[in-house]
Amino acid sequence: MAKELIRLEDCRKEFDGEVVLDSISLAIKDKEFLTLLGPSGCGKTTTLRIIGGFLRPDSGKVVFDGVTINDVPPHKRKINTVFQKYALFTHLNVYENIAFGLRVQRPKLSEQEIERRVHESLELVALKGYEKRSVSQLSGGQQQRVAIARAVVNKPQVLLLDEPLGALDLKLRKDMQRELKQIQQQVGITFIYVTHDQEEALTMSDTVVVMNKGEIQQIGTPLDIYNEPKNAFVADFIGESNIIDGVMVSDHIVRMYGRDFECLDKGFSPNEPVDVVVRPEDIDIVPVSQGQIVGTVTDVTFKGMQYDIIVDFQGFKWLIQTTDHSPVGTRIGVKIDPDGFHIMKKSEYSGLYGDYSSYSAEYDELSADPEGGGQEDE
Amino acid sequence: MTKKYTGGKIFAALTYVFLYAPIIVLIVFSFNATKSRTIWSGFTLDWYRELFHDSLIMSSLQTTLLVSVIASLIAAVIGTFAAIGFYNMKKNWRSPLLLVNNIPVVNADIITGVSLSLLFVSAGALMGFQLGFGTLLIAHISFDIPYVILSVMPKLYQLDRNLFEAAQDLGCTWFQTVYKVIIPEIMPGIINGLLIAFTMSVDDFVISYFTAGSSVQTLSMTIYAMTRRRISPKINAISTLLFAVVLILLVIVNVREARQHKAEIKKEKMLKGTN
Amino acid sequence: MSKNKLFSGTVGAVGGFFDRFRRQSFAYPYVLWMALFVVIPIILIGVYAFTSAQGTFTLENFSGMTDYAPVFGRSLWLAFLATVICILIGYPVALAISRADSKTQRILLMLIMLPMWINFLLRTYAWMSLLENTGLINRLLASIGVFDLINSLHAGDAGYSPITHFQLINTNGAVILGMVYNYLPFMILPIESVIVKIDPFVIEAAQDLGANSGTVFRKVILPLSLSGVISGITMVFVPAVSTFVISKLLSNGTVMLLGDLIEMQFSGAAYNPHLGSAISLIMMVIVVICMSVMSKFGEGEEQAVVM
Repeated sequence: MAKELIRLEDCRKEFDGEVVLDSISLAIKDKEFLTLLGPSGCGKTTTLRIIGGFLRPDSGKVVFDGVTINDVPPHKRKINTVFQKYALFTHLNVYENIAFGLRVQRPKLSEQEIERRVHESLELVALKGYEKRSVSQLSGGQQQRVAIARAVVNKPQVLLLDEPLGALDLKLRKDMQRELKQIQQQVGITFIYVTHDQEEALTMSDTVVVMNKGEIQQIGTPLDIYNEPKNAFVADFIGESNIIDGVMVSDHIVRMYGRDFECLDKGFSPNEPVDVVVRPEDIDIVPVSQGQIVGTVTDVTFKGMQYDIIVDFQGFKWLIQTTDHSPVGTRIGVKIDPDGFHIMKKSEYSGLYGDYSSYSAEYDELSADPEGGGQEDE
Repeated sequence: MTKKYTGGKIFAALTYVFLYAPIIVLIVFSFNATKSRTIWSGFTLDWYRELFHDSLIMSSLQTTLLVSVIASLIAAVIGTFAAIGFYNMKKNWRSPLLLVNNIPVVNADIITGVSLSLLFVSAGALMGFQLGFGTLLIAHISFDIPYVILSVMPKLYQLDRNLFEAAQDLGCTWFQTVYKVIIPEIMPGIINGLLIAFTMSVDDFVISYFTAGSSVQTLSMTIYAMTRRRISPKINAISTLLFAVVLILLVIVNVREARQHKAEIKKEKMLKGTN
Repeated sequence: MSKNKLFSGTVGAVGGFFDRFRRQSFAYPYVLWMALFVVIPIILIGVYAFTSAQGTFTLENFSGMTDYAPVFGRSLWLAFLATVICILIGYPVALAISRADSKTQRILLMLIMLPMWINFLLRTYAWMSLLENTGLINRLLASIGVFDLINSLHAGDAGYSPITHFQLINTNGAVILGMVYNYLPFMILPIESVIVKIDPFVIEAAQDLGANSGTVFRKVILPLSLSGVISGITMVFVPAVSTFVISKLLSNGTVMLLGDLIEMQFSGAAYNPHLGSAISLIMMVIVVICMSVMSKFGEGEEQAVVM
């Protein structure tokens, strides 16, 4: 059982009267890869900067290895940061950028020691031979690696990463995700990672913390978050979800659309109103006669791997992802296996998500590519 | 979590005192009842009255304003067109030309003044004219234009290149594009350049000294003659008035810049969409 | 016509070429102007420098130059001192301004610019009334008894005559003071504008890597602000080395600088444009040498950094 390394207790932060962090509490374990995930303005970057020491919480404690560090300035914390826009020293070459933190250390490190560790770091990020290069001449991906090397060379206990891959193109981003995960496991540092990209979070993390509007919505492993979202916000933010109003008749039985369905969830009060989550990939299209519910296809988009089909069920639109094509206008039936249902208690987010009425082919591209991510103060 | 930098602040404050103390002394003694510039004997506006009755000062003021307004206007026109022309040049033509353009800015003004004086005197001997308002004007235009260009060129580079293509796509010839699209877009740069050129002209002494000859005097030349003879607090009065004028001008420029800055930020926010 | 997406200005078809010619032609009037009123005058200086009054080629204008060596030396030395003092005062002030919030910054900067735009004759003149023997500073010192004190301390010395003032005006010090006073804003503004442009995240990165504020200054802010210092040096040294007004007003010509020397050749009585041109030429060469040494250190920031 890994030990707890960092703990935030009831941290609260306000900017200009606006509450950016609403009493959040979080425990981060040693050597884990933890991601703060959420939309712009949810407070994830603010949380990161509080841990790094660049912001002080208005109230609440930041505890590091058992010691409260609210008053400790950034340069005294055993934490290093990889900044979103890299923040490299343009007046220094690659070698000196990486060596910067080593040279500042007291007692002074010997020149050989510095050289050894800088080269070690450069190898780690696959930039051997780049020592003398000027940083402004490097590509985005290369600058990224220098930023990582510069942070990691100091052997911090914790590395903070503020949306580091946002400026890279898709292919490079995916490669870097793999590399970062490798580095984390190789060096054995705790990574605290901030992103708005849920796919990235699910790929890399041991623990995901989903945030919205300054509050933590859910903490769990990627699998937990995906399969058992706690409320409609999380269900919608992670992957695609159809979220339908329903009633938990009794354990394992949920009623929606006037029909009872068998599901795996239990532990709710009899006839408790609930949100029913059905993932688009868990729905089978069957002939009308065999369907549990029947609806009309209103939109079909070819996505390469599958078709995105929008179906109208009594005014509420569902998204189905399937390799079977059904033309627009046909009436179809759907069948959902018991394990395709996930039941959630009602929350403030009920009714806000899960309806695909405004879905269009452009929708995915827009939401997958928020421009200039992270420029707002979060 | 950072210190308050009080040492730096005190030092800066002292520097501001250093910068303004002599000016304050000047202003205060412009109201002095006696001729003394150092012993205070009572409040009076006499020196200001005398100032306005001094025909030499008034005529040199008129000369200065005339030269500065005309020169800066002409410089704005020539400079703007020059900037547009440079913008369209290939780099290997543009760079040396911009270098030459910067010479009046980088050169000591005594060199500019003396070199122009040589030009005017020798040309004048050949073609039979004397140093006077004309040569003064030409000199002022010459050192004003670079400031206009320095102010306009960055604005040109900030322009979205697609604007030209859009205009041409809609049927504009190049000249129409310039008048209808480019100039309106870079107008803030042109106006700023105009204001800077105007201020440079009003403030100039050395270049005017060498190119105006004996028949024409700018205000600074008159002030120079007066300071050499160390007469009356009329000089103090001039200083106070100039100070007030410049203060107002600077406030205007800064307010304009602040508004432009705000407008630009608003524009950016709009283009990014609401969050 | 412009359906191809290459940006306007590339040479495409023949029509495209004439288009560029037409666009460039906007600048031709000014090119002509520059040739006439910038290039030719400087060439004239060269011509006059190497010509005698009779119009023949000669080097005699340069032969007597060693007589003026003290003037050259003094000009360079005083300008150097003034520049150094401007850096020592200007840099901390620029740093202090850069740390203020943007609204205060704007006001502070405006306050620095305000004296710049007041006629520098008047600014220099202002110091006259402060530095004179009966000027404000001396009178202030007298009124608090400084001179009485000094006189009483030396009362017993042989051959001592009591003083009523310090000789402030008509000294090298007065000229340096005038230079610093006039040119200090030209040092503060470029430095401040460069410091302000430093990416705040770079400062945070340095702190993140363990640097305290002293180290952040030495290793990050200072090197990154150097280009502003170079700009400032350019804008202080050149006017300082070539001024004649400051020396005339604050020393009545007793401290003779290059500017005075040149001015003498071109005004009234001893009109000798050939000698004047020769001195100007040498001064230009010295300035060019100094500037190219500077640009080896700097990165060639545009002059527009102040505008």
